[in-house]
Amino acid sequence: MSGDRYEMVVGLEVHVQLLTRTKAFCNCSTGFGAPPNLHTCPVCLGLPGALPVLNATAVRLAARAAIALECVVEEVSAFARKNYFYPDLPKGYQITQYDRPLAKGGHLSIGRNKDGTPVRIGITRVHIEEDAGKSLHDRYPGATAIDLNRAGVPLIEIVSEPDIRSSLEAGAYLGTLKQILEYVRVSDVSMEEGSLRVDANISTRLRGDVELGTKTEIKNLNSFSAVERALDAEFARQCAILERGEKVTQQTMLWDASRLEVRPSRVKEGSHDYRYFPDPDLLPLVLDKTWIGEVKQEMPELPAARQERLAATYGLAEAQIADLAANPDRSDYFEAVARAHGEPRTAANWVLGEVLAVLNETKQRIEHFPVRPADLARLLDMIRDGLVSHSAAKRIFVRMVDTGDRPEQIAEREGLLQVGDDAALLAWIDAVLAEHPEESQRFAAGERKLQGVLVGLVMKRSGGRADPRRVNQLLASRAGAGT
Amino acid sequence: MSIAPDDVRHIAALARLALDEGRLPSLVEELNVILAHMKVLQGVDTEGVIGAAGVGASGTPLRADVGAPIQLSMPLDQIAPRMRDGFFLVPRLDTHGELGASVAGEP
Amino acid sequence: MSPRPLADYAAAEVRDAIVAGALAPSDAVDASLRRADETGAGKDGLNLVLWSDPAASRQDARAAGAALERADGAGRLFGVPVMVKDNIATDRLPTTCASRILAGYVSPFEATAVRRLREAGAVVVGKTNCDEFAMGSSTEYGAWGPARNPLDPTRVTGGSSGGSAGAVAAGLVRIALGSETGGSVRQPASFCGVVGIKPTYGRVSRWGLVAFASSLDQIGVFGRTVDDAALGLEIIAGRDPLDSTSAERPVPSYREATYDSLDGLVIGRPREYFPTTLDPRIRALCDRAADALEKLGAKVKEVSLPHTGLAIPVYYIIAPAEASSNLARFDGARYGLRIEGDALRAMYDATRSGGFGPEVTRRILLGTYVLSAGYYDAYYRKAQEVRSLIAEDFRTVFEDGVDLLLTPTTPSAAFELGSVSVPYEMYLSDIFTATANLAGVPAMSLPVGRVAGLPVGAQLIAPYFEESRMLGAAYALERTLGDEAHR
Repeated sequence: MSGDRYEMVVGLEVHVQLLTRTKAFCNCSTGFGAPPNLHTCPVCLGLPGALPVLNATAVRLAARAAIALECVVEEVSAFARKNYFYPDLPKGYQITQYDRPLAKGGHLSIGRNKDGTPVRIGITRVHIEEDAGKSLHDRYPGATAIDLNRAGVPLIEIVSEPDIRSSLEAGAYLGTLKQILEYVRVSDVSMEEGSLRVDANISTRLRGDVELGTKTEIKNLNSFSAVERALDAEFARQCAILERGEKVTQQTMLWDASRLEVRPSRVKEGSHDYRYFPDPDLLPLVLDKTWIGEVKQEMPELPAARQERLAATYGLAEAQIADLAANPDRSDYFEAVARAHGEPRTAANWVLGEVLAVLNETKQRIEHFPVRPADLARLLDMIRDGLVSHSAAKRIFVRMVDTGDRPEQIAEREGLLQVGDDAALLAWIDAVLAEHPEESQRFAAGERKLQGVLVGLVMKRSGGRADPRRVNQLLASRAGAGT
Repeated sequence: MSIAPDDVRHIAALARLALDEGRLPSLVEELNVILAHMKVLQGVDTEGVIGAAGVGASGTPLRADVGAPIQLSMPLDQIAPRMRDGFFLVPRLDTHGELGASVAGEP
Repeated sequence: MSPRPLADYAAAEVRDAIVAGALAPSDAVDASLRRADETGAGKDGLNLVLWSDPAASRQDARAAGAALERADGAGRLFGVPVMVKDNIATDRLPTTCASRILAGYVSPFEATAVRRLREAGAVVVGKTNCDEFAMGSSTEYGAWGPARNPLDPTRVTGGSSGGSAGAVAAGLVRIALGSETGGSVRQPASFCGVVGIKPTYGRVSRWGLVAFASSLDQIGVFGRTVDDAALGLEIIAGRDPLDSTSAERPVPSYREATYDSLDGLVIGRPREYFPTTLDPRIRALCDRAADALEKLGAKVKEVSLPHTGLAIPVYYIIAPAEASSNLARFDGARYGLRIEGDALRAMYDATRSGGFGPEVTRRILLGTYVLSAGYYDAYYRKAQEVRSLIAEDFRTVFEDGVDLLLTPTTPSAAFELGSVSVPYEMYLSDIFTATANLAGVPAMSLPVGRVAGLPVGAQLIAPYFEESRMLGAAYALERTLGDEAHR
């Protein structure tokens, strides 16, 4: 296949919505899902006479993202206007950063090559810009409907170097980027709500060639899998062109998610000329060294550091650590349970088992999970202390998810507390032995392997409440007494 | 550098201005007269000069990420040419549909 | 004793007379509205005032009176009628920038400068005519027809804030707001024989001023006298969190900036502003003003601002470039004029071509051109660099011990309507004023005499945020020239 002779060269432009309460240049809410044009004001409507004022939190979050990506944050950057007409762009220009971006020259490690060296993708730049509104083309016949709630929402654009060589690497890059942005609390990185969007630049060359081929830009990539599929599709298209001895045309391609294909945009190439120039409504963005130092100081732990710390502190298996550290809230949750309960392995098993199962089923985020870490830890304590059986604990956990109640309350209410009182246990044991005279005799005669069966019968008779450890001990002493 | 009728057509398209072809020759002439006066700037030595960037040198002020939005003194449908269900309505984009149902995009 | 006509009351006197009970709170507003009728300031006459709502203005004045009775205190402009240029957002009255593209548009929010005037007790009695989007130097090129100079209706008021200048000259109001991008307050002030101030860039909030060229635009004030203008400025000046370019600087009391003596003040007379081609009558009036200042103790010396001659080319690159972007929002989608088309592009083209007049169209094209790919460096970048040199000229001369500059405001007195039809000739009206906008320094024009019966102004230019120094000299000059300033 031609794909073996050629390689793709890919750079990604990722747009991420910053977690601010208000828009980049006005006090309007960034809330998702409001009625159309509710979150608008003179500034984001582009009314005559309105002026932008920059959101301090947007700058701080953008700087934090840049630092997490090992970029150098510039002490002076500037805003520019990107001029084009589109009905969801109220001012007729987008405020963005052009020749003086917020930060430059970072990188992101996305795993290891076969030889163990890290795969590093260069980050060209990180800059702040405002989002456009939304155009709905199919809602009313013959008309386009405009909702400007999103207009002016702060974004960062993260531009990578053309260092990505496969769709798999592109996927890994995006996954790692998402994880880091979540860790530094810069964005909730939800593609559904449009808080992460990707454009891809791709060219194709013969393996071993140094010179880059002609690139195309793929737009409209709204999921990680769309990025991977679109890159593969466009790579195949470019390979086929080169195989025929033809040349790739520089153009914008659109990904059609329903047909799983890329096709050229109908917009004429070269028809836009964005006429960038410094935005005279905003002075340059000046960040002094002290401020940049502060942002570095307040950086939350990054994924790699978190994994190392989890390994050192809790001595868990590598796979478990990777799963726990996949997102910061999950590993925070785990750590809270582990600290309160004291046995990290049990805590990890429960978080990755029971807790994740419920979250996946209910599509919840762990920070909104009704079972708080302290309560889960308490439940695990109760198992360890013999207050509830493992099976009872699972029933209690389900109830905790439903009600948010504490485990002791549920255990008591539902009679799931374990019975460890010898008199009660002996009464059940005697009853079981009496009901099963044959097994009872064989057991008394020294057939120890029957002990498990008998414990099971006692547990059943007790409705799961008998403390199995004590039942074992009592049964063993019975067997001993019989010989 | 003088400006030709095609240049004027091109920039008019960029600026979304429909020009009357009959008006074009005089417009080209006027713009060329104006641009001719700009030529004097090419002879000015600006080696090492940094372009002006406003009076304030301390940088753009930042606002806290809180506070009430600026209220309008009248509902949007009193200023909008056409609204429906809270949306501004405009005639459909010529290349509509190529990006699917709903896209924040550019031309 | 016959009562003084109300038009002769300074703005501060009107306020004091109302507070003292000598005038009713609505007297001055009523007088202004009557005066507008008598002088034919409306569309059929001088065409100075585009929009007014006399009933609402009277109501505002009465409401102010009621507030006074409730002892809410009387602001510094209590009961004082003011007018506002039509490119500054007012609620209730339309804000059309004298453009068809904003016909009937009423802003759903108010400019900070207007809000501050109203909060000081002023009553907005009208929106004044201007060139479309403030692009012009004569107030002939608005969508609603030319304004006429009240001193000679065959002549222009100057522009672009001609309606405000004319309204003050005609005695409708003592204070009016205009806006400056390249001389649009000072030049019509000179043509109409009134005082006009362009403050330091950043001194007055631009919130609500419809942008023409954001890095040059500044709201300015007209006054019948220096004191009227100083009072207006002192109220509208100051930091506004809604304008990122507004300066964080305390506002001094400009009205206290009076000098009895100008001892030790060094006034520069830049030779580039007195070319050999300058109308000798204008030169003579400036010389007379310089002499008056010297008699008060100032030292007048010749200085040089070598890059002055480049101001017009620089200005006519930067201003149209910014305008082409600022005016992109007028697309028919959300407000203002829409001329329907079968598709989006057709609607855009029809609306913008139908909505903008020829001068605005010309400047949008010019601005689009100088920013477009391949031309940016040669035009826009170069212009910004030369702009730095122009600003440097001022910095150097002020650092060399010069306190103020004195120049003519305009190369001529008011010209006849329709007499200047070549665009670049019109642009040269700003030759002495555009420099202050490019550098951002404050400047003002005040009347210093007449040429063939037409008023001519002299310009004072001060270092950044030294409006007080400038006004102090202006007070002194005004007092010394007395009636000579209007002869």
